[in-house]
Amino acid sequence: MLPTPSTSHVNYDRIYEPAEDSYLLLDTLVLSTETAFLKDRFPPATPSPLVLEVGTGSGVVLAFVTANAETIFGRADIATIGTDVNPFACEATAETVRVAVTEQAKVGKASGRFCDCVTGDLSTALKHGSVDVLIFNPPYVPTEALPEMPTHSEALGSASRDNFERDSRLLALSYAGGADGMETTDRLLGQLPDVLSKRGVAYVLLCKQNRPQDVLERIREWLGGWHADIVGTSGKKAGWERLCILRIWRP
Amino acid sequence: MKLLTINFLTCARKTCKSTPASFPLHPKEAELEQVETEMNPLFLRNILPRLDWEAMRMLTTELGLPNLPAETPAPEELVVATTTDLDAGNGDDRASGPSQMARDLHVLLMETSIASGKLVCGNCGHEYAVKEGIANFLLPSHMV
Ligand SMILES: [Zn+2]
Repeated sequence: MLPTPSTSHVNYDRIYEPAEDSYLLLDTLVLSTETAFLKDRFPPATPSPLVLEVGTGSGVVLAFVTANAETIFGRADIATIGTDVNPFACEATAETVRVAVTEQAKVGKASGRFCDCVTGDLSTALKHGSVDVLIFNPPYVPTEALPEMPTHSEALGSASRDNFERDSRLLALSYAGGADGMETTDRLLGQLPDVLSKRGVAYVLLCKQNRPQDVLERIREWLGGWHADIVGTSGKKAGWERLCILRIWRP
Repeated sequence: MKLLTINFLTCARKTCKSTPASFPLHPKEAELEQVETEMNPLFLRNILPRLDWEAMRMLTTELGLPNLPAETPAPEELVVATTTDLDAGNGDDRASGPSQMARDLHVLLMETSIASGKLVCGNCGHEYAVKEGIANFLLPSHMV
């Protein structure tokens, strides 16, 4: 059992608190099936894979991947990068990663290399073809509407740290998924063929209301021979998996 | 933000994505800071093929940093033999360490950061702000 990165410094009034979905991502990435898949796809001595987490929130997932690169990829020479629409989440992520990497160093373990967490919409700031592993824990709860994105001028500014209305909107952005809970996820899926490298693979979390089977089938119809499978599940209730992780890749 | 990060970013506008001028972004009024971090020679070696060397050269020039060599350094240029025990008569006692080139690259890519300033798209001219080391790629709604 690998330790979960500490997020004790994170302000949950405006940043999504790690929950069952975050932990399912962590658990899935260290399943022997996934580590075997990733080690085979990114063998040592090949160029360092770039891992992007979209919507890092507290940074718990990106910190876990960075600190446990050796376990997950069989190599510590990976680069990690994050994006979030919430500038406070970017700040928190950098700190969560820093703490996790420091903890690893204390027990003599090497970590991957964290680049930065940038404020942005999904993967739009990333260069096409640059991402080898993309991880996304989306806002997946079905809601009537999507909350407004933070405005350009609203992004960051220690001058405006206390703003209740903005904070509740930032929090809503981290879970409210619009129709079927799929509005944001569908936008991200649409970016995958461009942003992923040839060896790229994406891990995307879905909930039951997102209709994972339909999503799988849609991806399998993309041009270019894409594969998609459910590789992790949690929250069994009356035979239904509440949450699942999709792996999406080109063989 | 680290200079390495800029190797992976472009203008966020859809209309710019496919134009070569949207990469690399050009620093403007950049305040640099040095953040020390431990060097990982293996990482350096395997991240090199991920770099757009021309873009990195352009970036260092625009930031007024020492020029990078014309070509991506070869892996063997990153190491130097540090100790050689000639008496041993075999290679077993040879140890190697990071070369000056490796140290310089580490400082440039991993330790040199833009604390504040702007990153400008060479295609549309949009300026992305960097504040407290965090770049903001959110676009005003009329530009999305
Ligand atoms: Zn542009």
